[in-house]
Amino acid sequence: MSATRAEICVVACAEAWRGDGEILAAAMGTCSILGARLARLTFEPGLLTTDGGAMLTAEPVPFGAPSGPVEGWMPFRDHLWLVQNGRRHVMMGASQIDRYGNTNISVVGDWARPKSQLLGVRGAPGNTICNPTSYWIPKHSTRVFVPKVDMVSGVGYDRAAELGPEASRFHGLRRVVTDLGVFDFGTPDGAMRLVSTHPGVTAEQVAAATGFDLVIDGDVPETRQPTDEELRLIREVLDPRSLRDREVRA
Amino acid sequence: MSTDKVMTVEEIVGTLESGMTIGIGGWGSRRKPMALVRALHRSSLKDLTIVSYGGADVGLLCAAGKVRKVVAPFVTLDSVPLEPHFRAARQSGAIEFVEYDEGMFMFGLLAAAHRLPFLPTRAGLGSDVTRINPDLRTVRSPYEDGEELLAVPALTLDAALIHMDRADTRGNGQYLGPDPYMDDLFAKAASRCYVSCERLVAPGELDGPPQTLLVSRMHTAGVVETPNGGHFTDCGPDRARDEAFQRHYATSAADPQAWAEFTERFLSGDEAAYQEAVRRWHEEQEGKAR
Repeated sequence: MSATRAEICVVACAEAWRGDGEILAAAMGTCSILGARLARLTFEPGLLTTDGGAMLTAEPVPFGAPSGPVEGWMPFRDHLWLVQNGRRHVMMGASQIDRYGNTNISVVGDWARPKSQLLGVRGAPGNTICNPTSYWIPKHSTRVFVPKVDMVSGVGYDRAAELGPEASRFHGLRRVVTDLGVFDFGTPDGAMRLVSTHPGVTAEQVAAATGFDLVIDGDVPETRQPTDEELRLIREVLDPRSLRDREVRA
Repeated sequence: MSTDKVMTVEEIVGTLESGMTIGIGGWGSRRKPMALVRALHRSSLKDLTIVSYGGADVGLLCAAGKVRKVVAPFVTLDSVPLEPHFRAARQSGAIEFVEYDEGMFMFGLLAAAHRLPFLPTRAGLGSDVTRINPDLRTVRSPYEDGEELLAVPALTLDAALIHMDRADTRGNGQYLGPDPYMDDLFAKAASRCYVSCERLVAPGELDGPPQTLLVSRMHTAGVVETPNGGHFTDCGPDRARDEAFQRHYATSAADPQAWAEFTERFLSGDEAAYQEAVRRWHEEQEGKAR
């Protein structure tokens, strides 16, 4: 079976939670949510996932489906306490992200008088300083990958370093998944590095869509293909209505 | 003393004053006390500070020029990510904005609810939340670790407005949906809390598991029955969010002419007139669809 770009992305998102064990996989965005549930159905069965609301579902449920049997209850207040507790790895979205993984979902332009008011910081400051954090960005472009974010909602590696080892000891950006490739921050100063490009994408294309100097070490491998079983789970179980294709066009 | 706290929405809004700090319960576009917000919208109050996990409550009050300052971690309609009126108010510089992280905001309510000056947290450290709120202070742990933490000041409220699925005439409030949100914290953080509800019952007639009894009458100053009073936000098991009408709201809010028409049609009368106008709007939509 040959996978679509969206399916490559779902599997790349799922990989973010590999090795996490029995923690909450909190996800935002279609491919990210599908990725969390796919990871739980396959290589990371200990993960906890939600119905998109307050229910921890007994089994991973199809995207947008009612929760069915539940194994736990996590209303917003408990979710916010869990952020402090730490047994959680969140994959968020970002309207802007910079070289060190600072992200912005708050405003475009000057905060005091924004050109465009977006959501507000939401839980991004607490998420990033308290929990392992990854990002899912469906449209990789120089509009999103910018030299400097207009407002630091999510904390990047340079800001964490400024805080010092004590205050930043729970900070950790794991990976960034986009429609073009996979990235991490495994460099001496925590700058973003290209880990793999999706099939059909070149490192040059990724660099051209990125508004800062991306670390590219030698030959960059290709993002792995989904297995047949993963494709079956995505297509027949988790997302039979193909909502993933609305987020990442074929 | 009489324990009957039943009031009208007009009586409740009549107790509020311009310049007050008012907390509004719910979360985004979920179980918002919209009947009370609509009454605020048609009142003469102004210069309000609104403290909210914001949705159309914040938007509507901004649109009506009632707001001096918003304290919030976000303003969203959930299925419509950005709130048009709030955006317009921010982009025109019409309002002040105190922007907190969601957890910081909860700690601010918790502090106020427990008469503490602040509560410490890591949430917010390293982000620009500390840059845009220069009055925020940190506090150092007095124990061996000596860790420096953000001291979130108490979000003390003059009044809180919350919407419950059920309440009794004494002001005990019950939620029947999947999430209590922070409504009990809003009630405790406020000098006085007003509860609107989908259905009002006699004392002792709140059916359901005891843990659904979220708000105690000891925190309630007044209660009012407002059937469909959470409209168009999501309201527990009784009423899902009116997505079609919310889209109509958001589309209208993004255009001055359309918003004038929306205001004339839906917001120029009392709550009963609003509900009737919404009913007719849905009839029209069904007619168009046929």
